[in-house]
Order: sequence, then C-alpha cells, then structure tokens
Amino acid sequence: MATTTDKGTTEKVATTSTRRVEKRRSTRDRLVIGAMIGVPTVLVVWLVWLPALASLLLSFARWNGFKFSGIEWVGAQNYRDITTIYPPFWPAIQHNLIWLVFLFVFPTILGVFLAVILDREMWGSRFYQTAFYLPVVLSLALVGFIWQLFYSTDQGLINEVFGSNVDWYGDPDVNLWAVLIATAWRHTGYVMLLYLAGLKGVDGSLREAAAVDGAGEVKTFFHVIFPVMRPINLIVLVIVVIESLRAFDLVRIVNKGRNGLELISALVSQNVIGEATRYGFGSALAVIMMVISSVFITIYLRIVFREDRS
Amino acid sequence: MTATTTDPGTVTKADVRARRTGTGVINRRRGTVATVVMLILAIIWLFPLLWALYNSFRDYSFTQTNGYLSLGGWTLENYKEAWSRGNFGLHLRNSLLITVPAVVLTLFLSSLVAFVLARFSYRFNLTLLGIFLAANLLPPQALLIPVFRMFREIPLPEFMSSSGTMLNSFWALILVNTAFQMGFCTFVLSNYMKTLPHEIYESAELDGAGVWRQYWQLTMPLVRPALAALATLQVTWIYNEFFWATVLLSRGEKYPVTSALNNLRGQFFADTNLVAAGSIIVALPVLIVFFVLQKQFVSGLTLGSTKG
Repeated sequence: MATTTDKGTTEKVATTSTRRVEKRRSTRDRLVIGAMIGVPTVLVVWLVWLPALASLLLSFARWNGFKFSGIEWVGAQNYRDITTIYPPFWPAIQHNLIWLVFLFVFPTILGVFLAVILDREMWGSRFYQTAFYLPVVLSLALVGFIWQLFYSTDQGLINEVFGSNVDWYGDPDVNLWAVLIATAWRHTGYVMLLYLAGLKGVDGSLREAAAVDGAGEVKTFFHVIFPVMRPINLIVLVIVVIESLRAFDLVRIVNKGRNGLELISALVSQNVIGEATRYGFGSALAVIMMVISSVFITIYLRIVFREDRS
Repeated sequence: MTATTTDPGTVTKADVRARRTGTGVINRRRGTVATVVMLILAIIWLFPLLWALYNSFRDYSFTQTNGYLSLGGWTLENYKEAWSRGNFGLHLRNSLLITVPAVVLTLFLSSLVAFVLARFSYRFNLTLLGIFLAANLLPPQALLIPVFRMFREIPLPEFMSSSGTMLNSFWALILVNTAFQMGFCTFVLSNYMKTLPHEIYESAELDGAGVWRQYWQLTMPLVRPALAALATLQVTWIYNEFFWATVLLSRGEKYPVTSALNNLRGQFFADTNLVAAGSIIVALPVLIVFFVLQKQFVSGLTLGSTKG
C-alpha cells in the first residue's frame, strides 16, 4: 500500500504549485478521506442522480407502476402523446412561460430597484429591508394561504373594497395572475437580498469616478455598476428560471394545479399520485423539465467555477 | 446593513460611502422622494401579514355582519379552534422530527465534503462539487417517480416506520431533504474553509494529527459562523419544504405543518378568520427564527451568492 503513489498525487503536485507537496498519507487517513467523500456522494447519487437516470429510461416506457415485468418499451410514444393528445400540456408550458416572464418583469426588476436604493445610507434602511424580505422566510404554501384573505370570494378584502364578486383563486381567467402576485410578494425580497450582497462587492471608487465624470445616478447604475455585477445578474437569472420551472407549492395548495393553474411540475405529480398512475408518461414530462433546467444549471455551474478559479 | 455584516471590506467601503455622500451624488430632494417611496412600499409589503394578524383576533360572526373593514370583535377563539381543528400540535411535532435531523445530517455531511474540497486539491474536486451543486438545482418533481417507486420497495422494520416501508416514513423525508440541500451547504462551507490559512494544517500534521482530527478539532470550530448561518437557513427551508412531504407521505397524520396546509384548506377556507389564525400559527416558528437570527439568515443567503 505504502509503495503505490497514485496518479492523482503526482498530477496534483504538477498542477498546483502553490500547495505544498502532500506527504504520502497513511492508510487510515486515506480511508477517512474516502469515507468523507464517499458517504455524502452515495446519498446524492442514490437519491438524485440515479432517479434522474431512471426518469429518463422510464420516459420511453409504458408502466402502471406495479410489477417490473409490466414495463413495456414504447420508444418516443409518450413524448408524441404529450405534445399531441394531452390537453393540459400546452397550457402548462404557456403558464410556466408566463410565470417566468412575470417574475422577471415585476418582482425581479423591483427587487433590483429596491436593492439599489437601500444600498445607500438612508434613514430607516434596516426597517425597509426587513419589511421586504420578511415574506422570504415563509413557505409558498403558506403564502397561498395568507393571500386567501384577499382573494376569497365572499370574505376577501379585494372583493369587499371594490364591491366585486370575483373568485380570484377559482376563476381560470384570473387565478394565474392572482397566484403570480402572491409569488411576487415573496420573490421581490429574495432578489433584493441577492443584489444587496452583490452591490456591497462593487468597488466604491468606481462610483466616485463616474460621479467625477459627471454621470448621473441612473447612468452610473446602467453603465458602471450593472456591468460589474454580471455574475450576480446571471445567478439571479438562473434562479428565476429554475424557480419558475419548479413552481408547484402555490398551485397545489390552491387547486392541485388544475383549471387555469396547470404547470408542468403539477402535471408530473398528477400522473403518479393522482387518479391515474402513468409512470412512463409522467417520466416523459419530468424529462422535459430536466432538459430545460439542465441548460440553466450548466450556466450556473460555469459562473460558479469561473469565480472559483479566479 | 453595513453595520450588521462584518466583512473585512466594511471599513473601507464605509469610508468611500461617506466620501460619496460628500461629493453630493445624492441630493436632498431625491433622498426624500426615495424615503417616501420606500415607506409606502414597505407598508404594502408588511400589510398581508399584519392583515392576517389583525383578523386572526376577530370573531367570525362579527366580521360577517360588519364586514372586514371594521374595528372590533376581539376574540382568541380563532386560535383555539384553528389549533384543535388543524391538529397543529401533532403537525408541529412532525415538522420538528423531520427538520432537526435533516439539518444536522445536511450540515454534517456537507462539512465533510467541503473539508476535503478545501483541504486537498484532487483532480476530481470540481466534478465532485458539480455533482452536489447541480443536484441542488434540479427540479425535485423530475425525480419524483423513481424516488417514489423506490421508497415503496424498501422495507423498514416496524419500529422505524409504522407503514413498513420507506414510503410514508420520516426517514424518507430526512434523507431526501439532505440529499437536495447538501449542494448549497457544501459550496458555501468549502468557500468558507478555503479562507482558512493552510499553515494551520501543517503545524497540526507536525503534531501528528490525522485527517479526522484536523477536520473535527481544527476546521469545524473555525467555521462555526458559517455553520450557524447555514443552520438558520436550512431550518427555514426544510420547515417550509412542501413538495416531498406532500408526495411521499400519504397519511395526513404524518404531515409536517407546511404540507398539512393541503388538508386544512378544505376545512378552513370557508372561514377567513380561521385561515388567518392558522397562517399565523404556521408562520410563527419561522418568524421567530427570522427575528432572532436575522443576521444569520441574511448572511447565509448572501454567502451562497457571493464568495464568502
């Protein structure tokens, strides 16, 4: 054991000159290191990566989920069915897209705006920040519950104030927007928090230089500060995309993701724990989610690793 | 904000800021407008919770006759009723039994990986971090079917799970939450650990300390601030976790508080005052965490987005 110098060690010495040469570790130490990495890795591979792979495989099968022998391979049939004869699919895609665009246009931009203003010394800044990110600690399911106080048909504040009689959570024409406003309440503070952290990292002398050059506040922000914050901008972009793809809790609590609130995430779970257990079909929906998210996960990892190396 | 976070850059940045104000970039009139706008927005943002708090103390029949835009009808009945009808004692206990082990396990396992990533420079380090971080971002719904089916297949002895399988057991939720949250924690912790000077390990090795002792006695005490921040964040996240609990537990009495809202909806939505009281009960644990440990919460979130 002691005589074998594994390839990793020599490579390491060659690549990282800043780190001193590692002395050969004892067997015990190597076992410890192996276990330190091994146990968490096994857990994440078992519960995340293997299921991801299994979803991919099952998406090409028809299976009611009982006996393994009942798995019937059908090729791309599930995907064909989803796009052609599954009525809730296109509405769900549309709703996910609306969700994404809405999150960008309202809460994300508002969050950036709040962060830029609160970044400076200002009377009561702490209080404002607390107010905006208070909803961030609440679960989306609870947010849906709290907003029932506004949206209820006969007891809700909105209908009482405006004398209207709209079923905000039930009417398929408006419920998506009702749910989005509730989401925005929580999302704004989150974006604000991320940007506040980013703005702290911006070198103050940049602003000063811009001010000396006679650039106004708005100009300074768009031409000096915003470009410097590129990593944060990208991370926020990725987070918004992933959040709008994952969105589930709110629509589930409101009406299980039906009747105007179809989302891909809700469709997946309806195919497993709903009335019908169509595992292959549900898996194909799951794979569609995975493919979309993997693009953005790749972007995210690239930013993170680039930061890591510098 | 500048006062709450203590990073090494604070002093210089505060200086710069002072000078910046001196150069007159922010004029007085604009400052007043900003303050007014902020005040209005802050009140709008606080309003939903305050409205819930206000109506949770009001009698249902009073608000029915006088409308919600009235004053009076004070009562504590809503809380009593919500507590017993929602069975919150049981659900809060379930939340505790899931959240605490999951947070401890997540922090422990991710600190192990983070230590190896920060302490040694193996070739596989980036790949390893990638495996954990990407797992953190995958939509959980995409993995539902295999995980669900697998847990149904795994038997557990009676004393561990009354259902006899992983499905419908707290073990399933603890492990799934841990697997998903490790990525974020590993990332934050390894960044934090990389800021520790490498020399401390060299002197520890001269003293004959093995890898485990270096991890447990040297690194772990030094990363306590990061652990505290992450623990705060994870407690709120796992307490708030809704999807896995909803799909992996089919029996209502096993639900933690957040997914119990599923069933309460039908019972409560006819009575808005009851919804208000129930919401406050569910929000209370995280609100307490938030107000007591606000600093930890914020620094935990920002540790992840910028370099720690």
